[in-house]
Amino acid sequence: MVKLGDSFREHVLSYLDAGVRFDGRKLDEFRPISVEYGISHNAEGSARVTVGSTHVLAGVKMAVEKPYPDTPADGNLMINAELLPLSSSVFESGPPSDEAIEVSRIIDRGIRESKVIDTKKLCIIPKEEVWSVMIDICTINVHGNLIDASALASVAALTSAKLPGYEGKVVKYDELTDKGIPLAASLLPVVVTVFKIGKHLIVDPLPEEESVADARISAAVLEDGSIVALQKGGGLPVTAQEIDSMLGLAQAKAGDLRKLLSGKKLK
Amino acid sequence: MAYNKRFDGRKFDETRPIAARVGVIPEADGSAMFSIGNTVAYAAVYGPRELHPKFLQNPQSGLLRCRYNMMPFSGAGSRVKPGGGRRAKEISVVTEKALLPVLNLDEFPNAVVDVFIELPQTDAGTRCAGITAAAMALADAGLTMKDLVSSVSVGRVDDKIMVDLSYKEESYEGEVADIPIAMIPGTGEISLLQMDGKISREELQTALELGRKACLQIYEVQKSALKEKFGVGGKIG
Repeated sequence: MVKLGDSFREHVLSYLDAGVRFDGRKLDEFRPISVEYGISHNAEGSARVTVGSTHVLAGVKMAVEKPYPDTPADGNLMINAELLPLSSSVFESGPPSDEAIEVSRIIDRGIRESKVIDTKKLCIIPKEEVWSVMIDICTINVHGNLIDASALASVAALTSAKLPGYEGKVVKYDELTDKGIPLAASLLPVVVTVFKIGKHLIVDPLPEEESVADARISAAVLEDGSIVALQKGGGLPVTAQEIDSMLGLAQAKAGDLRKLLSGKKLK
Repeated sequence: MAYNKRFDGRKFDETRPIAARVGVIPEADGSAMFSIGNTVAYAAVYGPRELHPKFLQNPQSGLLRCRYNMMPFSGAGSRVKPGGGRRAKEISVVTEKALLPVLNLDEFPNAVVDVFIELPQTDAGTRCAGITAAAMALADAGLTMKDLVSSVSVGRVDDKIMVDLSYKEESYEGEVADIPIAMIPGTGEISLLQMDGKISREELQTALELGRKACLQIYEVQKSALKEKFGVGGKIG
């Protein structure tokens, strides 16, 4: 995170007071976003998302594993974020950082609680064999708004995934079937993080804006606007009224982001 | 068995299609992307920057530190566990050795130049693609370099000597030798040499000659990618 003094915070605030960001955007405006599918041929599903110069990849790998004892007839889900030292000078090699764990946990909750994946259909033999869906997020260039970009890439990768063949207890990774992961399109979670700086609310911050933000709330939003995961971050508390305004903005923006996913038809 | 025709129809001295781009990671001090067939490598350079932990610092010279990593979804078959195993560690070390001869880090005492290589998609030849990308990224970072480094694999499938083996060729049932090499194009010297498999001295010389020619082609692609970023009138090449 860029560490900058109070005078810089004043500078950012003076821009926001005038209703403009220093890259010329409005407070509730995202940078240009792109979603590209099928960027890694060995993955069962994959996607590249860019939000401005922030650039992340997500890939889905499948495996047949034992189900968890408390969900003996449901497929497994695992989400992991690799904040690669390639993508920013602030990331280091080694075990996952607190930030990496937070990013993956927010997305994990969004996907899990949305029930977008029909995990029952991923069961092969109850108590013995189920499909595990493993989503890995890998960062290429991180320049603000890592959470939203990572969540969008994860969901995009999920929609593009195909189950591998499975015969005689062997997963045939080189023979993908035409069956996708069983998904309900209206339940695809879209994560939008709203940042509070002074009295202002913004989305899609630059690193400089993130560094002076008082608080942030990430919300995973479904097509009907319902919220399935929440995470408050940042150093300062927020009021119930502020939460309501932040979620209103998150819902509105989630609708815009969702349109970027609609390019992919679900089976 | 005889391997008379390559699986993808290539000539024995022909590489897969190659592409290169410089400056793809704006957060880094230097960066590049290199692809050869379905193998894609990103490289980012950070530094020279202060080296931590401090006891690793060398007051005589800067240190080159490379990290090679396959993304968890990049490999054929099941997921690659993150964190890197012995293979990734070894490749990181030979990558350093392959690149170091063209660098002069004496002007950066106590500092480190970090090179991060990431593979989002693999189909053999990953360390070579990583080294080729890293050389461009080091140049993009503005480091003083004697030359670039160009890298490709050569080898033998049955009785045929060839360049740039694909994954399918590497895993061919008959006899296979897989030999990743890296070359300093200006002098023809070789800064990476490894082999899995079996080969005669004569065959190795034939393979190295094929590799030399392929590296010179890759060198041209590297230079044009750098020129594209910095303008054709630049000093490169």
